[in-house]
Amino acid sequence: MEWYQDFPHIGYDLEGKKIYKPIRNKDELDKFLEKMENPDYWRTVQDKMTGADIKLTDEQVDLVHRLQKGQFGDVHFDPYEPAIDFFSHEVMIHPVTNRPADKRSFIPSLIEKEKVSKLVHAIKMGWIKPRKPKEDTPTYYDLWAHEDPNSILGRHKMHVPAPKMKLPGHEESYNPPPEYLPSEEEKLAWEQQEPAERKLNFVPRQYRCLRAVPAYSRFIHERFERCLDLYLCPRQRKMRVNVDPEDLIPKLPKPRDLQPFPTTQALVYRGHSSLVRCLSICPGGQWLVSGSDDCTVRFWEVSTARCMKTLPLAGVVKSISWNPNPTICLVAIAVEQSVLLVNPSLGDKLLYGATDQLLESYVAPEEERVQPVQWVAATTEEHGKGIRLVVQHSRPVKQVTWHGKGDYFASVLADNSNMQVLIHQTSKRWSQNPFRKSKGLVQCVLFHPIRPYFFVATQRYVRVYNLLKQELTKKLMTNCKWVSSMAIHPGGDNIICGSYDSKLAWFDLDLSTRPYQLLRHHKKALRSVAFHKHYPLFASGSDDGSVIVCHGMVYNDLLQNPLLVPVKVLKGHALTWDLGVLDVLFHPTQPWVFSSGADGTVRLFT
Amino acid sequence: MQGGLHLPPSSPWKRALSLPFSALQVFVRKLRKAYGKSEWSTVERLKDNKPSYKLDHIVKERYPTFIDALRDLDDALSMCFLFSTFPRTGKCHVQIIQLCRRLSVEFLNYVIASRSLRKVFLSIKGIYYQAEVLGQPITWITPYAFAHDHPTDVDYRVMATFTEFYTTLLGFVNFRLYHSLNLLYPPKIEGQSEVELKPTEGEAYAMDSESYLEKLSALSASLARVVAPTPEDDVEMDEFPVEGETAEQMDARKKEQEVLEKQKKLFEGLRFFLNREVPREPLAFIIRCFGGQVSWDKSLCIGATYDVSDPSITHQIVDRPRLEQQVVGRYYLQPQWVFDSVNAKLCLPVADYFPGVLLPPHLSPFVTEQEGDYIPPEKLKLLAMQRGENAGEESEEEEEEEEEDDNDDDDEEEEEEEDDSEKEEETKLKKMEEQKTQSKALPVKVTAGKVRLEDKQRLEQEQQSEEKRLAIMMMKKREKYLYKKIMFGKKRKVREANKLAEKRKAHDTAIKEEKKKNKKARRA
Repeated sequence: MEWYQDFPHIGYDLEGKKIYKPIRNKDELDKFLEKMENPDYWRTVQDKMTGADIKLTDEQVDLVHRLQKGQFGDVHFDPYEPAIDFFSHEVMIHPVTNRPADKRSFIPSLIEKEKVSKLVHAIKMGWIKPRKPKEDTPTYYDLWAHEDPNSILGRHKMHVPAPKMKLPGHEESYNPPPEYLPSEEEKLAWEQQEPAERKLNFVPRQYRCLRAVPAYSRFIHERFERCLDLYLCPRQRKMRVNVDPEDLIPKLPKPRDLQPFPTTQALVYRGHSSLVRCLSICPGGQWLVSGSDDCTVRFWEVSTARCMKTLPLAGVVKSISWNPNPTICLVAIAVEQSVLLVNPSLGDKLLYGATDQLLESYVAPEEERVQPVQWVAATTEEHGKGIRLVVQHSRPVKQVTWHGKGDYFASVLADNSNMQVLIHQTSKRWSQNPFRKSKGLVQCVLFHPIRPYFFVATQRYVRVYNLLKQELTKKLMTNCKWVSSMAIHPGGDNIICGSYDSKLAWFDLDLSTRPYQLLRHHKKALRSVAFHKHYPLFASGSDDGSVIVCHGMVYNDLLQNPLLVPVKVLKGHALTWDLGVLDVLFHPTQPWVFSSGADGTVRLFT
Repeated sequence: MQGGLHLPPSSPWKRALSLPFSALQVFVRKLRKAYGKSEWSTVERLKDNKPSYKLDHIVKERYPTFIDALRDLDDALSMCFLFSTFPRTGKCHVQIIQLCRRLSVEFLNYVIASRSLRKVFLSIKGIYYQAEVLGQPITWITPYAFAHDHPTDVDYRVMATFTEFYTTLLGFVNFRLYHSLNLLYPPKIEGQSEVELKPTEGEAYAMDSESYLEKLSALSASLARVVAPTPEDDVEMDEFPVEGETAEQMDARKKEQEVLEKQKKLFEGLRFFLNREVPREPLAFIIRCFGGQVSWDKSLCIGATYDVSDPSITHQIVDRPRLEQQVVGRYYLQPQWVFDSVNAKLCLPVADYFPGVLLPPHLSPFVTEQEGDYIPPEKLKLLAMQRGENAGEESEEEEEEEEEDDNDDDDEEEEEEEDDSEKEEETKLKKMEEQKTQSKALPVKVTAGKVRLEDKQRLEQEQQSEEKRLAIMMMKKREKYLYKKIMFGKKRKVREANKLAEKRKAHDTAIKEEKKKNKKARRA
């Protein structure tokens, strides 16, 4: 009937005409009223074909009830009638059938015989075996009755026993002390962590009594993970470093026993308005000269911190060097493209007078020689300032350094050709280019204090040239990325190199071409390093604003290695534009160290 | 696979099992074929001849000595206890569950008989027990007695494989342990023949086959011995001094021994009664392990020995907020008392554990605090009590706490000092500088110099710390890395301890304030 739900008809008659649905004459309201009023409503059924209401009789209602209960429709049908057994084991006088017995029920079955013979054959051939007797050994017995600890099999020889599970701490208790309960933020943080990263694999909780403790939902998980750990994780014997951290600290001689060395800041030389790039001191130790980015050179009296003289120049002072010869009073200053030789006119009048005379006594040679630079005598105006000679280079000059005798000096140019290093002779006023080929960007150069050696530091290597033989004697690998500065021990056998990657390399020239020791004391780039002339001290200044003074004892005995002990960290310079100490310098006679910083001061530590 | 042998190809177990394993594979193939052809007689025959394998040789190979086996017993026990709580449907074979139950009950009975339980701990995950068997600490965890919410992302086959091995191991271990105590294995309950054990009343408690295990698992009866113990058996052991041991060490050892003996007899002479709401099995196990007598409601479990109304009961374990009627002459206590007493190795004062009372924190007995670790104040109190001091006075405790806090603070300071000293130097230098500049700028003025009292100790300390810092600078790169790592770990530990201490302090003050407020409110 439901197929015709949406149609006006409810089927077709024999002639194929539509049988239309009976006209609905009852609406919901009528139905409701009837339901309320008609006492026989419950037994009224609508005939869908005719649309007429039919009241069921009592018998019909009874039938419906019985069918609903699963009983037979007929009241009189008895499902439990006693059954009459027709075919039973009892032999009846009157059999059901009177058929005589078959012949085959008297003779042995051939099929069975065949089957049996097959089985017999199989047994004879040993194909079918009798059932194995059940083993009656007990399941458990004394397995370790004859235990022999030495009888460990090969693959268990290096047996790594499974690590035991971690024992629970206070925080795992059902009623932990209150300090172990996580706060809200900690809980949130715990939830946001990766499960593998969590320190605890559960959130500590507190329950008032044992009754309130629920089952732990991850119990099976944890056991399962333990199983996985046991059979999937490779085990490794880990040698735990069980060292006392105090034992790791090397036993060094006490700094107190290594005195003297500078310990406190004694003087501050103020006056420069910009970074003080370079420092130099007169061989007597009375005067200090400093060059700065404010285009001045200042001469100070060491003991009083008084600025004796200020020399304004044309450009930024890159390098400055006082002539180490005590009989000559001359300062070489690298300014832009020229090196100025200045007579500061300080100290002994005889001395600086003699220097002037020495410079004036120069007689130009007859034939002009081709020189890489121009030597120009100072103008009268410049002469008044103290400038005596100007050595004009083709490129900006980075560094200038004197030879120990005080006649020769070397200058480094910011260039990448073979013209990077020039050696000048003051008395003859002539210069020469010692190198034919460029071997990289030269950072700084240095004369050997005693022997005719010349050190050239490029970015990563230090080359040692013999000036007499004019050949390369050694090439030192610094193991640094970029060498910034270099200093030589007065004995001449040891070199230290500071680098921008905050390392300080100590070379023993007799030992090897690799650093004897690489010190990483500073946190930032090293700007300069210096040796003391007499005391076994060396210092390094760095961008982190500190000067570290180390004791560097070199023994005459060749078998004994140098002893390097840091003795003092000197701080004082303020960081300006991420720069700290730019130059360090030792006093020639006293255990004092000068440092010039980016904050425009020069400081003396004694 | 029927046995649930699910192992990766690289597993050493698989190699050891390879022979019976292939036979099993063949068996399964044949069985499947027979099923497919509906040849039921073949199926029967095949099932009868199912190839079996034994893991005995693997146990022996893995654990050449008995001690080795004991050492690795933790996981076996935990797993067996877990499996014995599984429902007998679905997840794995009923036989395995039954076997696990039997073996774990046997082990519990052994622990009771040997009185080797040492520590217990109620954690949120389950109950931890630690027993000492032949000098080996064995720790296991049992889940709380609730139905399991079986996770879907767990491979039960792997667990079943492990359990198979563990049951074999545990069976052999149990055998050996029972024999070491002269107990019968499989265990028999003392003084009763099996016939007697069968329920005499008309109502059957359990099937005949199961009632014995049930009786055993009630943990209320002691076990039968092969040879009846005689008092002469407990001969005092002669003491042999161990070489290289000083008198002090020996004394300490003796003392320890005494404490142990005392702990073993902790509940001797006490009669407990367990209310029906407390977990029966763990409590009965623990109490019996320490020599106490225990009983419970008859309807709760088989094996109850006396009734609630028994006047000789000294302690009744109760876990409800209040009791309607209390019998005079016995303590009504919460279950935590039993656990805490066992861990403290002495019967704790009962006042904190009355029903409905806010319980003191339950501490883990597995934590041994090293120097510098955070120790909760409750633990300090307990340690004091163990030492025999009267910890009843509150003021003392507080002082202790404060002292401890002070110590912590000191540590912090020391740490900071190192960092500070550099800063201090800098500031000093700055000050000096300023003074100098000022003296330059200002008209010269001489003031009377003040004698600066310099703390010599502090100076010395500073110097030492500086020396140390310089020495650290000279360390080799690898050593420096190691040193920094160690120091970082140490600092982190101290930080954590400080954090805990701070939290505790905050909590205590909060509680105090609340108390005060309540007092005020009451007054008003």
